[in-house]
Amino acid sequence: MGSAADAARRAESETTRRRWLLSAPALVIIFVAAIGPLFVMLAYSFMTKGDYGDVKPIFSLDGWFSVLLQRDIFDDTLSLADANLIIMWRSLSLSAITTAATLILGFPTAYFIATRPRETREMWVFLVTIPFWTNLLIRTFAMQQVIRNEGILNSLLMWLRVINEPLPIMYTDWAVLFGMVYVYLPLMVLPLYASMEKLDFRLVEAGYDLYAGRLAVLRRVIIPLVKPGIVAGSILVFIPSLGAYVIPRVLGGGKTMMLGNLIELQFGAGRNWPLGAAMSITLMAVVMIALLFYVRNAARAGGGHG
Amino acid sequence: MTWKMKAAAAALAILGSVGTAAAEGALNIYNWGDYTSPEMIKKFEQKYDVKVTVTDYDSNDTALAKIRAGGHGFDIVVPSANYIPIWIKEGLLLESRPDQMENFKNVDERWVNVPWDPGRHYSVPWQWGFSGIGINKKMYSGDINTAAIFLDPPKELVGKINVEPEMNDVLFAAIKYLGGEWCTDDKVLLKKVRDKLIEAKPKWLAMDYSVTEKLPSGDYAAVYYWNGAIMRARLKNPDVAFGYPKEGYPIFMDSATILKDAKNVENAKKFLNFIMEPENAALISAFAKYANGIKGSAAFLPPEMKDAPELVIPAQYEKAGEFLKACSPEVSQLYARIWTDVNK
Repeated sequence: MGSAADAARRAESETTRRRWLLSAPALVIIFVAAIGPLFVMLAYSFMTKGDYGDVKPIFSLDGWFSVLLQRDIFDDTLSLADANLIIMWRSLSLSAITTAATLILGFPTAYFIATRPRETREMWVFLVTIPFWTNLLIRTFAMQQVIRNEGILNSLLMWLRVINEPLPIMYTDWAVLFGMVYVYLPLMVLPLYASMEKLDFRLVEAGYDLYAGRLAVLRRVIIPLVKPGIVAGSILVFIPSLGAYVIPRVLGGGKTMMLGNLIELQFGAGRNWPLGAAMSITLMAVVMIALLFYVRNAARAGGGHG
Repeated sequence: MTWKMKAAAAALAILGSVGTAAAEGALNIYNWGDYTSPEMIKKFEQKYDVKVTVTDYDSNDTALAKIRAGGHGFDIVVPSANYIPIWIKEGLLLESRPDQMENFKNVDERWVNVPWDPGRHYSVPWQWGFSGIGINKKMYSGDINTAAIFLDPPKELVGKINVEPEMNDVLFAAIKYLGGEWCTDDKVLLKKVRDKLIEAKPKWLAMDYSVTEKLPSGDYAAVYYWNGAIMRARLKNPDVAFGYPKEGYPIFMDSATILKDAKNVENAKKFLNFIMEPENAALISAFAKYANGIKGSAAFLPPEMKDAPELVIPAQYEKAGEFLKACSPEVSQLYARIWTDVNK
C-alpha cells in the first residue's frame, strides 16, 4: 500500500467533507424554511379547529374528512364535498390548459431562438426574461389596464371599428387564462430553448434527406429530441399554475375561486385551519405525482439516446 | 489631539447629530388599507416627535391571524366591532383605559357604552359606516334603496355589478332581504339565502375592492359596498348615487386598540388620545370619508362632507341599519359553509 493511495483517499474524504460543509447553509435553509413548515402543516391538519381560527392540540380527522366529504349544511346527510371538488377540478383544468397554451406558443418561439445565429441568441433569451424584471402583482394590474372595458385593447379595437361595443374580457375566465399564459410563458420558453439549443440540426437535415416531410421531421425527430425540455417546461408551468392566487383574484374579479383562494379562505374567514392544512398537503401531493411523472419521463428520454 | 482622536470625535458628532435628527420614539400602526389619513399621521409625528409606520391589512381575519402568530412588532390595530370581543377573549389587547384619557369627553355618548367594549376600556372610535348601494344613475333610473339591486338585479344592471367580498356583510343583506334576523340558524331560511346568492352571483361582474376607481370610470354600474368608498366615487363622478337597502343594512365601527405586546405603549396611548381630538378625528374622516364618532369634529370636516347623502341617513331608513354583531362560532361556521358553496 503506497502513501500516494492514502493521500488520494484522504484528499477524497477531504473533498466530500468540504462539499457537505459548502452545501450546509443551503441544506439548513431548506430544512428550516421548507421542511419545517411542512411538518407544522401536517400536524395542524390532524388537529381540531379553534373557534376563531388557529388550532387546538386535540387529534381529529375532521380536516382530512372535509377535503373530500361533507355533511350537508341543511339535512346532515353525508355527500362528496362538491364545492371543494369543483374548485380543485377548476384549478387542475386551468393549469392543464395554461400548460398546453404556453407549449403551443412557446415551442415556435424557442425554435425561432434556437435557429438564430449564435451571436444573437443571447439577445433573444434576454428579451424573453424582461417580464421578470417587474413584480408579478404590478404586471397583473397592468394587464387590467389593457383588457378593461375602457382599456387599451378595447379602445384600439373600437377605434379600428372592428367592434362597436367594448368586449367584456375583464373578470371572465378568458382574462384569467390570458393572464396565466402571459405570466408563465417565459417559464416554458427557457427550458424548451435550453434543450433545442443542444439539438443537432444535422439530424433534422438527415431526416429531410431520407424524404421525411416537415411534419414527420417535427414529430419523429425534433419532438423526441427536445422532450426533456417539453417535460421540464410543462412542469415549471403546471406547478405554479396550480397554486395561482394573484392572477385569478385580480383578473377573475374574485368571483371564481381557485384552489389557492379556497385554502386562503380556510385560514381567513372560514376559520378552519385543519381543513386548510389538509388541502395544502393534498395540493402538494398532486404536485408530487406530477414530479414523479416528470422524473420517470426524463429518465426514459435520457436513456433513449444517452 | 491626534488625528485619530479627531476622526473619532467627528464620527461621534455625526452619529450624535443623526441621533437627534431621528425621532424620539416609534409607533407602528396596523390598519385597513387606504384608511389612515397621512396628514393626521404627519401632524402626530410632528407634535410628539415620533416616527409612525403604517402597515395595511385587507380583512379582520388577516389581521387576527397575523397578530396571533406573534413577532409582528405592531402597537396599534383597528379591528371591527364584531371582532373586538374575539381580540379581548384571546388576550391580544391591552386594557389601556381610553375612558380615563383626557380627550375621552369628546366621544359621542352613542359610542361609549357599546356592546363589544362596554365603557370603552380597550378601544377608541376610529370610523363607522355601513354597506349600501352605489349606482351609476346614467345606467339605471329605478328604485335604488333596496338590496334587490344586487340580489334580484334589474336587467340593465346584470353583468355590471360589484359586490364587496366580505362574507358577513353580504350574508347580512341576503338574510334581511329574505326576512330573517342576523345570526339566525333557521335552516329553512338559510337554505333560501344560499339559493338566492347562488342565483344572483352569475349576474355580478366581480367581488372586488376597487370601487373607488371602477364605479366612477363606468366599469361597474352598481355596487354593494361601504358608504365612504361610494362617496369617494361620487366625488370623482357626480353620476354616482347612494341607496340605503330598506330591507336592512349592516353598520360597522372600527376602533383603535393597543396590543398587549406593544413595544411603544406610551406613544400608542398618546395616539389614542390624539385621535379623540375633534380636529384630528376630522382629518381621519376627511381622508377616508366615513363618520368618526367624535363630537365637534363636524366643524372641521371639508364642505363636501357636510350633508353628504352617504353620511346623513334619511329618517325613513334609520331603522333599517343594524349593528353587525359577532355570531356564535357554530353559526359562523354555518355561514362560512354557505359562503364556500356560493363561491364554488
